[in-house]
Amino acid sequence: MAIVVKIPTQLRAATGGASSASVEGGTVGEVLDALYAQFGELRERIADDGGLRRFVNVYVGGEDVRFLDGLETTVSDGDEVTILPAVAGG
Amino acid sequence: MPPESLTCKECHTVYPLDASYVCERCFGPLEIAYRSRAEEDPAEIRRRIQAGPHSIWRYRDFLPLEGAPPRDTLPAGWTPLLRADRLAERLGLREVWIKNDAANPTHSFKDRVVAVALARAKELGYRTIACASTGNLANAVAAHAAAAGLESYVFIPSDLEEQKILATGVYGTTIVAIRGNYDDVNRLCTEVSGEREWAFVNINFRPYYAEGSKTIAYEIAEQLGWEVPDRIVGPIASGSQFTKIARGFEEWIELGLVEGAVPTMNGAQAQGCSPVATAYAAGHDVCRPVKPDTIAKSLAIGNPADGPYALDLARRTGGGIDAVSDEEIKAGIRLLAETTGIFTETAGGVTTAVLAKLAERGEIDPAERVVAVITGEGLKTLDAVRGTFETVEIEPTFDAFEAHVESAATPVAA
Repeated sequence: MAIVVKIPTQLRAATGGASSASVEGGTVGEVLDALYAQFGELRERIADDGGLRRFVNVYVGGEDVRFLDGLETTVSDGDEVTILPAVAGG
Repeated sequence: MPPESLTCKECHTVYPLDASYVCERCFGPLEIAYRSRAEEDPAEIRRRIQAGPHSIWRYRDFLPLEGAPPRDTLPAGWTPLLRADRLAERLGLREVWIKNDAANPTHSFKDRVVAVALARAKELGYRTIACASTGNLANAVAAHAAAAGLESYVFIPSDLEEQKILATGVYGTTIVAIRGNYDDVNRLCTEVSGEREWAFVNINFRPYYAEGSKTIAYEIAEQLGWEVPDRIVGPIASGSQFTKIARGFEEWIELGLVEGAVPTMNGAQAQGCSPVATAYAAGHDVCRPVKPDTIAKSLAIGNPADGPYALDLARRTGGGIDAVSDEEIKAGIRLLAETTGIFTETAGGVTTAVLAKLAERGEIDPAERVVAVITGEGLKTLDAVRGTFETVEIEPTFDAFEAHVESAATPVAA
């Protein structure tokens, strides 16, 4: 199943400039692991002890995964996963 | 104290003073670092401040501009600090002051932060400014952009109070109403800011913007005769203003401009959107996001960026973070209006209600000097007071008036 992951500008140095990536996975956690497999440097930037760093937000179809099942949130073909910095706004 | 760099608050990686807000190494927030001025004579710094204009630019030495502040800005800040003896008496306290930030050009504290962000955006050559707003920020961005002759885009939740939308559109901005809550607006703007050469004041210019809130602390200290109050009660939405007020006091204490300690910091949230108060009560050091449902729309941020720092601040100053219901917010608006003559918006109702709650719980020593930060104007959230009082309507005759006076049973003179 192909999932499109949108990469924020702050991480594009680690993706060779790519603003999105297409990866396989059945959950958000699997999708991120597949992304790290493609771009090794991303893991240390956004991951923390198997979870996500506290200033990283991940969305599936525009919904924060913390309102869903976190990294266990299931995704299916055509879903869009967005990674964004959490320090914006207010 | 010229700005020196952007520095990550988490891992301390240093970046140049450009339009960025996130550490590329750890995703932590970037903040302005200033060159040390420990060598300077506090009396001289004080004199320079006192010789400055009656606006936030009297504190330009503490703000992140490389050059002089622009001339074509609205004069933000230098709002009244009023002693509220009647409010204090009602609450059983000795000394309560109101920092009335409704007295800004667009009637909220947002004029401070926008003035700073816009000035820096101009220094960096930006021609378009933008924001993700719960309303007050939209007002300020639209107005300041108009004053400076810049183009502006403001993004708001589509269910915003009509007064705030009208008071924004009049400045000739482009309003983009999003079918979603503020957190949806913020997510979209975070995406847009990565793709457009725009200065989003509270996203890619957030480090500069946030510094503007320090001026609230500077003014309070200066208006109290160069003294630090014992306690601050202020609202928390993202937590940025709350933490920067404390930073303002901290900076001046370090420089010897004022003596004492950072005030006890009490944060105020609405129960319908209280991720920081909830985390505080549970002893957590991060906030779980919520879906806001409150009349205090200017505080309706379910995913507060500075939540962890607000929690830490409240704990280390011996303060706290409380939440109040919509009914308490309305009562807070009424209490402030009846005792001080200041009509505040729902966010000010939240702050006043939390102040009342702290007083009622006996958490405030009667000897303390307390400052409540009132961040916005009541005319922008009129629905909050609709139906809370009665108007008498009579025929234009003396008899009708007399009959009303009889029935109202409130004799004018004995």
